[in-house]
Amino acid sequence: MQVTITVNGVPVTRDIEPRLLLVHFIRETPGLTGTHWGCDTSNCGACVVLMDDKPIKSCTQLAVMSEGHDIRTVESLEVDGRLDPVQQGFHEKHALQCGFCTPGMLMTSRALLDENPDPTDHDIRTAISGAICRCTGYQNIVAAVRWAAEHPAVEKQEV
Amino acid sequence: MQTPAPFEYERATSVEGAIASLERLGPEARIIAGGHSLLPMMKLRLANPEHLIDINDLDELSYIREEDGEIRIGALTRHVHLLQSELLRRWYPVFAEAETVIADPVVRNRGTIGGSLCQADAAEDLSAVCSAVKARAVIRGTAGERVVSMGKFHVGPYQTAVGAGEMLTEVRLPMRPGGGSAHEKVERRAGDFAIAASSAAVWIDGGVITDVGLALSAVGPITVHVTRAEELLRGKAPSEELFAAAGEIASADCSPTADGRGPVDYKRHLAGALTKRALRRATAGALRQEA
Ligand SMILES: Cc1cc2nc3c(=O)[nH]c(=O)nc-3n(C[C@H](O)[C@H](O)[C@H](O)COP(=O)(O)OP(=O)(O)OC[C@H]3O[C@@H](n4cnc5c(N)ncnc54)[C@H](O)[C@@H]3O)c2cc1C
Ligand code: FES
Ligand code: FES
Repeated sequence: MQVTITVNGVPVTRDIEPRLLLVHFIRETPGLTGTHWGCDTSNCGACVVLMDDKPIKSCTQLAVMSEGHDIRTVESLEVDGRLDPVQQGFHEKHALQCGFCTPGMLMTSRALLDENPDPTDHDIRTAISGAICRCTGYQNIVAAVRWAAEHPAVEKQEV
Repeated sequence: MQTPAPFEYERATSVEGAIASLERLGPEARIIAGGHSLLPMMKLRLANPEHLIDINDLDELSYIREEDGEIRIGALTRHVHLLQSELLRRWYPVFAEAETVIADPVVRNRGTIGGSLCQADAAEDLSAVCSAVKARAVIRGTAGERVVSMGKFHVGPYQTAVGAGEMLTEVRLPMRPGGGSAHEKVERRAGDFAIAASSAAVWIDGGVITDVGLALSAVGPITVHVTRAEELLRGKAPSEELFAAAGEIASADCSPTADGRGPVDYKRHLAGALTKRALRRATAGALRQEA
């Protein structure tokens, strides 16, 4: 069936099987492979994207269910060569090693800061509790999100 | 890669339309709400519906409101909204307590109360919560509506009273003064299903327990209603000895199986300990209401 899904502001139309998962739609059609596909079982959080500004696990959402909704992926964070504060925070605080979990972590953190611009460490840990990182031990991820919370102006001034 | 087997998809635009589709398509049609139980089952071929009816556009099924002396919760209300509701927090703190330990915030953005109850998985926290607070489920079909208690709603493992051509539309909670409630859960790691969990609701009048609801998650083939303990507690003044006795009954009357989450004796021990703790805190809440 034919669906149109808005991905990062761009409507993407494609003929798909209803069983296609949103994560594969995003990776195949607009070819945005920043959204990672990990556990396939809604446990790891690598596939998190924003749907109407709320984080969801795109491995547990049919692409057809997203028709008429706005999807934002990690590729939307950088604007005109300027990193989003969460991206900058991950850079400053060395919040990634292999980087596999990073897209999901970034989108989950972005959504947290949009809702709660000054989260405590506990708020941050709760927000990312559905995302698994095998490398960092989370400490630096929490520090990176704190950094982003403390530097929101980076984005605001320059975009 | 895990992908569901092929199926036909349609998006419902009204409750009546969803029910008409269920009736027309027969037993191979299923409703999809948050999809966080159904899609994993479909990926594993544990569920193979031929038609999915997506109810996510039915905003009229997403609400938590006070009506006719009850709290009414639409079937499509998501975990995140149950967690945030002030009305629920005031009347039944057990919902917020359970919701902070159900899955993770991202899953909670999608999963619904209707899906949780209709999944009828003994490990679902909300099934125990709804049993404890004596919720009633509103089931609608082409012939009209019926309202059933949680005891009648869950008829077996993964089986509910929702029949062919019917759907769950609402969950109703009584608004009775003098109540307190609590949920106690032990899990292996953040966001996991319970090893065991206990939900308790207690109503107190004049220092005496007038009514009580007690239910357990993950320690039987379906949600365990601890009716023998409820009978013991009703009509008595709350005390530590009484809670301990109720815990012993919970421990004895559940029927856990050994699995990756733990052996039978450990789960029985948890059922007892968690029941005692839940009762203690629910009672404290009820006494605060009474004061
Ligand atoms: C990683 C992960 C961790 C989880 N951890 C927990 C946990 O700790 N505790 C817990 O309790 N749950 C947990 N869950 C389950 C979660 O609560 C699900 O959201 C819930 O079980 C199902 O809700 P849903 O809306 O996604 O239902 P769906 O998957 O859409 O549907 C489930 C079933 O209910 C039926 N259904 C749905 N709505 C209706 C309706 N209105 N009328 C009739 N039938 C209907 C569907 O046909 C299907 O058979 C977890 C899930 C995941 C993915
Ligand atoms: S791939 Fe979606 S949560 Fe792991
Ligand atoms: S950086 Fe490797 S999994 Fe997180």
